[in-house]
Amino acid sequence: MEIQLLFFGIATDLVGENSLPYTIEENTTIAELKNSLISNFSELKNINEFAIAVNEEYADDDLIITNGDVVAIIPPVSGG
Amino acid sequence: MTINTSIKITSEKLNLQDCYSFVQDASCGGISLFVGTVRNATKNKEVTLLDFSGYEPMAIKEMQKIADLAMVKFDIHKIAIHHALGELKIGEIPVIIAVSSAHRKAAFEACEFAIDTLKETVPIWKKEHFEDGEVWVNSHP
Repeated sequence: MEIQLLFFGIATDLVGENSLPYTIEENTTIAELKNSLISNFSELKNINEFAIAVNEEYADDDLIITNGDVVAIIPPVSGG
Repeated sequence: MTINTSIKITSEKLNLQDCYSFVQDASCGGISLFVGTVRNATKNKEVTLLDFSGYEPMAIKEMQKIADLAMVKFDIHKIAIHHALGELKIGEIPVIIAVSSAHRKAAFEACEFAIDTLKETVPIWKKEHFEDGEVWVNSHP
């Protein structure tokens, strides 16, 4: 199934994209997606850590992603 | 609860008076304001400007959650949380938080809670620009 990836902050600079379609297996969890992202975009290893948001909400590692989800890579925030 | 909260993200200059006027009310004995300003240095290194970017729809949601939680946690009347995006020069204002309450303690506490939580949860990022380069804040191991 296909999801949409969004990149922000340093992740945009490292990957060189704001948004990409991405194909994953059914029943993929957030933890599995993170591993898949790090192996496909090795530049992401250069970030301290990153969180994942699914459809504009922070997602826990055990959440299962569904087809068509918008999945954002959230590097450590630094607003204010 | 939205009637008592004002949430805004803008690429224009933030307006202190707007935040103040939103929270001001005859039932309140005080207004607490936090105004974030761009500092001229980081770790003794001169900063030329900060460039703020955000995941706007999610940032709005997270800011609304902070305001709603502050309304529940503290005995306050109204709260405004406004954040600017784009390039800001030294002394310019990336964030304003205004809180009104009948008694001052609740306004002080809610204001501190709101800025502390914003810095932890709201998906906004700043890139520091120096004379000799630029760095995404908090992002490097």
